[in-house]
Amino acid sequence: MSIRAVNLCHVYGQGTALEQYALKNINLEIGDGQFIGLIGHTGSGKSTLIQHFNGLLKATSGELFYNGENICAPGYDMKKLRSKVGLVFQYPEHQLFEVDVFSDVCFGPKNLGLSEEEIRERAEEALSLVGLDESYYKQSPFELSGGQKRRVAIAGVLAMHPEVLILDEPTAGLDPKGRDEILGEIEKLHREKNMTIILVSHSMEDVARYADRLIVMNHGEKMFDDTPRNVFRHYRELEAMGLAAPQVTYIVQALREQGIPIDDGLITVEEARDAILRLVGKEPAAGSRKVDAAEEREELAAEAGKKAPAKDGGNSPLSPDGAELTETAGKDEG
Amino acid sequence: MLREVTLGQYYPVDSVLHRLDPRTKLLGTLLFIISLFCTDNFLGYGVAALFLAAVIRLSKVPFKFMVRGLKAVLVLLLISVSFNLFLTPGTAIVQIGFIKITWEGLRIAVFMALRLIFLVLGSSVMTLTTTPNELTDGLEKGLGFLKKVGVPVHEVAMMMSIALRFIPILVEEADKIMKAQMARGADFESGNLIRRAKSMVPLLVPLFISAFRRATDLAMAMEARCYRGGEGRTKMKPLHYKKRDRIAQLAILLYLAVIIGTRFVL
Amino acid sequence: MGIIKAVNLIFDYIKRDEEENVEGVDRALDGLNLDIEEGSFVAILGHNGSGKSTFAKQVNGILAPTEGTVLISGMDTRDEDHIWDIRRTAGMVFQNPDNQIIGNTVEEDVGFGPENLGVPTEEIWKRVDESLEAVGMTAYRLKSPNKLSGGQKQRVSIAGVMAMKPKCIILDEPTAMLDPNGRKDVIRTVHELNCREKITVLLITHYMEEAVDADRIIVMDEGKMVMDGTPREIFSRVKELKRYSLDVPQVTELADELAEAGLPVSRGILTMDELLSELVPYMKEHMTCQSEQ
Repeated sequence: MSIRAVNLCHVYGQGTALEQYALKNINLEIGDGQFIGLIGHTGSGKSTLIQHFNGLLKATSGELFYNGENICAPGYDMKKLRSKVGLVFQYPEHQLFEVDVFSDVCFGPKNLGLSEEEIRERAEEALSLVGLDESYYKQSPFELSGGQKRRVAIAGVLAMHPEVLILDEPTAGLDPKGRDEILGEIEKLHREKNMTIILVSHSMEDVARYADRLIVMNHGEKMFDDTPRNVFRHYRELEAMGLAAPQVTYIVQALREQGIPIDDGLITVEEARDAILRLVGKEPAAGSRKVDAAEEREELAAEAGKKAPAKDGGNSPLSPDGAELTETAGKDEG
Repeated sequence: MLREVTLGQYYPVDSVLHRLDPRTKLLGTLLFIISLFCTDNFLGYGVAALFLAAVIRLSKVPFKFMVRGLKAVLVLLLISVSFNLFLTPGTAIVQIGFIKITWEGLRIAVFMALRLIFLVLGSSVMTLTTTPNELTDGLEKGLGFLKKVGVPVHEVAMMMSIALRFIPILVEEADKIMKAQMARGADFESGNLIRRAKSMVPLLVPLFISAFRRATDLAMAMEARCYRGGEGRTKMKPLHYKKRDRIAQLAILLYLAVIIGTRFVL
Repeated sequence: MGIIKAVNLIFDYIKRDEEENVEGVDRALDGLNLDIEEGSFVAILGHNGSGKSTFAKQVNGILAPTEGTVLISGMDTRDEDHIWDIRRTAGMVFQNPDNQIIGNTVEEDVGFGPENLGVPTEEIWKRVDESLEAVGMTAYRLKSPNKLSGGQKQRVSIAGVMAMKPKCIILDEPTAMLDPNGRKDVIRTVHELNCREKITVLLITHYMEEAVDADRIIVMDEGKMVMDGTPREIFSRVKELKRYSLDVPQVTELADELAEAGLPVSRGILTMDELLSELVPYMKEHMTCQSEQ
C-alpha cells in the first residue's frame, strides 16, 4: 500500500463568506503498482487532490498516509516525500530553465544532495526512459519540439526516482502522435519499472486504454472508484457530471437497446470489434489484427480490467478467456 | 500563496464619486496632495480632515477598506515620525540620556504623520472608486497634451492596461512554476540570502520565458485585430465631462483656496 | 474565385545566427494550391509541424509568402496597402485563450477591434452587443477575462473577431488547450456563426471529431495538401489518415475494422446512428445461438 487518504478535506477561504470545499471527505487507498486514471471536469478537485499526495498542499482536515506514515504529522520530511511521489504538472515544459537538457534533468537529483556520479547516472537513465538519446543532452531545451520538451520535463521528475508518478494531463496540446508516444512511455514505466501511475486526463479514450482503475471526482467528492468498464457503465451519471464515456460505450449500449446481447463493459474499439465478430460467428482472426505496441497495451488494459472485483461475470460472453488472463495479471502484480 | 495578491483595489458600489470622470478624480487627488504640502498649522489640517471625511462619506466605501492601505505604509510612518520626534532641536519636553523630545519635534512629527495618513487615504479614495481601466483612460486623455511634445501617451496607457490584465496571470503562473520546482525538490525558503537569491533562478527563468512568449503572442493577436497605435483609433468609452465633474472640480478648487487661506489666518 | 486562394504557396522559416547569416532553412509550406469557397466550413487537419498553422498566418497576412501568392477576396497579402483590409476580412482566433485577450473586461475586449478600425462609438457598442449575443457571452460582458473558463475565453476571442465584421474566420487550433466541454462549446459556436451569419470558417485542428460536420476537410503533411474531400471521403481512408499521424473518431474506426473483417459495413461512417443502421440488421440476421450463452 502506498497512498491512503482518510476523510481528507481541503477548504479554501475557511471562515469567510467564500468558504468552499475543494475536497470533501476523500477516502481512498492506492496500492503499489496500480495504473489509475483520475477524471473529473475542470474544478472538480482532481488537481487539488494530487497536490496533496506530494505535500504541496496541506489538508484542512483528515489524514494522508504514505507507506503507513502520516505526512500531515509535524516534522515529516517533505523533501523525501516529494522524491518518492513525483508530480508532473500540466504543461510541464514551462518549468524548464537550464541551458541544456542534461542539466535541467539534473536539477531534481541535485536538490536531493546526491553525488556527482549518481546525479549523472540518474539523468542519463531518466532521459533514456523517455526516449531521448545522447544527441539531445547538450541541446537547449527551448529549441526542442513541444513533445520533446515535455519529455525532458517528465525526465526531470523521473530522475528523482519516484515510486509513484502523478501526471496532470500529460498529453494536453499534443497531436495524436505526440500523445501516443508520451502515453506509450508512461505505460512502459508502469510495466517495466512497476511504477504506480496516477494519470489525470480529460480523455476517456486514453484512460479506458491504459488505466486499470478509475477514480471520478465531482465537486470535490469522489464519485466512482472502480475498473474502467464498471465506471463507464454509469455513463448517464458521468454525463450529468459534465463527463462522458468513450464513444464505444455508447455504441455498445445502443446495440444492447436494439436487443443484441453484447457485453456492456466493452470500452475500446478492439474489444467491441472482437465481441461483434464473435456474435456473428466470426472468430477474430489473428491475421487481421494489428500487431503493434498499441495492441499490446490494449491487452494489458483488458487484463487489468478483469482482475478487479468482477461484478460483471454474469453477462460477459468473454469470460472463458478472462479466467486465463486473470492469472497472468496476478503474476504481474506480484 | 502568491495568489492572494490582488491588484487595483477597486470597491464596486455606485456612488457620485464612482461616477465622476477619472480625469476629475486624478486632478482632485493631485490638488489634494498639493494642499497637504501647503498647510502648516492645525486649522489647515482640520479643514483637510473635514474635506477628506466628506469625500470618504460620499464614496460609500467602508472606512475599514481605506485603513487597509495604511498598513502598507506603517513602517515608513513610524520611521519618519521617530526621526522628526527625536532629532529636531528645540525646547525639550522629555529628556532621557541623549534622547530628547522637543516641542518643535512633536509638532513636526504630528504634522508629518497626518500628512502621510491623509495622502494615503486620499489616493485610496481614488483607487477604490476608479477601475484600473478608467484610470488608464483618464491618464491617456488627461495627459493627451503631452503628445504634442513627443510623449507617447497612448502607448504608455496601453502598456499599463495590458500590464493590469497580465499581472494576475503571471502571478498565477509563478505560483505554478514554484510548485513544479518544489516537486523537483527545490527549496525556496531556507538558507542565507545568497542561497535564496540563487534558488530563485529556477522560478525566474521560466517566468521570463513565459512572459516573452505571451508578449509575442499578444503582439501578433493585436496586429491581427488591426491594432496600429493610437492614430485613427476611436473609443468605445469616450470620456466626457458632465455637470457633476464641473461641480466636483469647483469644490476641490474651493477647498484648495481655503487651505491656502488658513496659512494667513493664524 | 473563392474567398481564400493560395497559388503555389511556399514559405521558408529562415534561421539566422548572431551575424544574420543564414544558418538553416525550414520549408513550412511547399507549393500549396488551395481555393476556399465563400460561406463554407473547411477543416484543415494535420499533425504538429505539418504547416497548418503557418498557412493560417499567411491568410491573415501575419506572414508573407516566400514564393507564390495568397489572395483574400482578391487582395494580395503582400500588398502593404491592403493589409488592414485583409485582416479585417479574414479575422483570426489563436490557440492560447489567455494570450489574445487585450481588454480588462469582456466587452472592452470585444470593442478593441472596432476601436482600431476607427468605427464610431455608437456603432462599436452595437457591434459589441451583437457579437456577444452571437457567441452567447452577453451575460458575462462586465466580467474580467481572468474569471472565465478556457472555452468562454475563446468565445470572447471569437466575438472580438466578429465585431470587426469579417467575411471569414480562421481558427488556429482554438481548442487545443481546452477541456472537452469547452471544446464542444467553441465548435458549436463556430458552426452557428457559419450557418446563421454565413461566415466562412477555416478551422485548423488535430481533433478529428471536430471536423466531422465540416463541408470539406483538407489534410496537410510536410507543407503540402495530401488529402482533400468531404468528411465522408476523408474518413473512409482510415489507414491513410493514420499514416499522417491522425486519429479517427472511434465510431469510424470501429466501422472500418468491421469492414476489414468482412462485415457489410461501409467505410467513412461518421455517426453512431449510421453505424447502427447498417450493423444491427446484419447482426440480427447472423447472430449464432452459441454466443448467447
